[in-house]
Parts: sequence; structure tokens; C-alpha cells
Amino acid sequence: MNTRIVELDVLRYDPETDSEPHFQHYSVPCAEEWVVLDALNAVKESIDPTLNYRWSCHMAVCGSCGMMINGEPKLSCHAFLRDYAGVIRVEPLANFPIERDLITVADDFIDKLKRVKPYLIPARNEPVPEGEYKQTPAQLMKYRQFSMCINCMLCYAACPEYALQPMFLGPAAIALAHRYNLDSRDGGRDERQEVIASHAGVWDCSFVGACSEVCPKAVDPAAALQQVKVASTIDWFKEHLLPGGGK
Amino acid sequence: MSRKPFVREVSKTGWYFKQPRYLRYMSREVTCIFIGAFALLLLCALGRLSEGQASYESFLAALQGPWSIFGLLVVLLFAVHNATSWFNVTPKAMPVQIGEDFLPGKYIVAAHYAVWIVVSLAVLLLAGAF
Repeated sequence: MNTRIVELDVLRYDPETDSEPHFQHYSVPCAEEWVVLDALNAVKESIDPTLNYRWSCHMAVCGSCGMMINGEPKLSCHAFLRDYAGVIRVEPLANFPIERDLITVADDFIDKLKRVKPYLIPARNEPVPEGEYKQTPAQLMKYRQFSMCINCMLCYAACPEYALQPMFLGPAAIALAHRYNLDSRDGGRDERQEVIASHAGVWDCSFVGACSEVCPKAVDPAAALQQVKVASTIDWFKEHLLPGGGK
Repeated sequence: MSRKPFVREVSKTGWYFKQPRYLRYMSREVTCIFIGAFALLLLCALGRLSEGQASYESFLAALQGPWSIFGLLVVLLFAVHNATSWFNVTPKAMPVQIGEDFLPGKYIVAAHYAVWIVVSLAVLLLAGAF
């Protein structure tokens, strides 16, 4: 196994003793094929067991190990050491409060996710004997890419609007609302519109597009937000120009 | 164990220098200043037109100077940047699904450029440029 010494600058914060975060340097023997998460695991196992961070699957599926790596939001299990030269700076995800070391407080995102009702709200409840709700492949493709979101919050860390206006619902929550709005089996759009078509919803987005650039699952939240803007604008014109509000 | 989450301060100004993608975004947004200035110039032109031929012609003459032409070229540059940067992201806002597939974005972008060229030629034709 080829190994090299990787230099890490990791942001540390202990809420019990620190008034503010500070960087701590680690020199870690690493294998060539390792990712940043492996290097952190090596630190915790052999150098400093007090280092705290979240991770679970190590295969870019669970969305737990998002961090800022050299200032860029990344899944640390998806960031190969061979792609970095010099000292690698590892910080907690931007735009979220730091709970401890690389662990952030995700409460705001979880709360916003709940508010957009990211689950199927059937238009009509069919009796079980009538069988499953059917969907064609074309109907599936309409929302499929937005269903790939793993709630890793990298898009929130990349979004300058969320950084400047914390009330903003943000990319992933709105993209997931859009995913269910596009689902042929769903009838909950009106309930979600109240939240996502509000000022703190899509209208706080100025289309920087950073969310889509950093998404590790190639979801395009920026596209979802622009599509919600178009649909909401059409709603507004229908409501104000058509007899009966276009209902 | 008590919780004491640390909130990192976000700079309200200068944040767009942190990432090239933020600078790209700001370069698109800043075009509105130049396009707004040109809209004001057009309003001035209309005002001068309403004052009569002599007033309008002196206004046009003032626009012939080298600094005016330089300013208009700068506005044109920013207007083109505004138009192209928005055209390039249109596939995100208006995806076209055909059966199970989506029309590749390049066709949607190309359609915008085609309409832009046709409309520009029509305006130039009406203005007597040909």
C-alpha cells in the first residue's frame, strides 16, 4: 500500500471550553486511494480520539459527512485525497451553527424540510382493493432527478442567499417540495405552495446556481426553484386575470 | 452537557469574492446597473423628442462623441453578457419533456439565440440599418 503524509488543518470547537473555533493541525499517514473521511478516521483512531464529526455509509448515500473542504462543500467520503495538494483545510458545513468540531446544528434545515411536506399527499384515497397508484415511466421521469436528494445540506452551505437571509427555505427543501408537486400520484401542491411560493420561499432565490454545482448526487435544485417560480407566476396570472381565479 | 452552538459571522459585503461562482453570479447581476442606465438614456431621448426636432438632434449629436460611444459600447457589452448568461440557464427553468426523455438543453438555448438574432435583425431593418 502506497502511503503519503497528508497535512490536515481541522477546525475544532469544544462548546465547554472554547469561546470560538480554532484550527488544529494533523499530519496523517494516508493511502493513495483514501478520501478525506478516511484521513479523519485515521486521526480519530490513532492521533486524537477527541475529534468529532458525523459519518455513516462511506459511499455518498447517507448524506451525513458533508464538510467544507478547502472552502468547498463536499461529502468527505467523496473527496479523494489525491485531488488535493498541500494542506487540506477541513471545516464544518458553512451557514450552519457549529455544535462541536465538524458537527453542525441541522435543526433549521430539518424544520424547513417538515414545513414543505416532503411526502405523498394522495389526491384521493383509493380503497386498498382497487390496487396500487399507477405511474407511467414518463410520469416518473418528470420528478426522478429531484428524488435523488440525500439531504446532505451541501446546497445550503453553498447558497449565499441562505447565508445572508437565514429565513430562506433553501434549495433542498424547495426541490423536494417540487419533487412531490411533480408526482402524478400527489395532490398536495396547494398545501406546499403556501410555504414555497412565499417571500421566504422561491422569491428569496436570486438564481446563483451554486446549489446545483455542489450537489454530490447531480440533483439540480436551482432548476427546481426556477420551475417553481414559473409555475407560481402562472398561478398569479390565472388568479388575477381569469374569471373565477382560474380554478 | 450544555449546548453552546457557535454561529459564524457572514460578511454582508464582499462575500462574492470568496468563490469564482459567486463572482460569475455578481457579474450577471451587475449588468442591471448598465441596462438601467441605458433605459434612462432612452427616456431622455423620448423627452428630447417630445421637445421637437432641434432638441432631439442636439441630443443625438451629443451621443456622437468618443466618450458617449465608449459608454454605449460598455453598455452593449454588459447587455450581451446579461442576455447570454440568462439564455444559458433557460433549460433549467423550462425543461421540455418528450416521452420519457428531456430535450437536451442546448436546443432550448439555441432556440433563444435564434429568436434573439431574428428580432435584432428585424429591429435593425426597421431602424433602416440595411
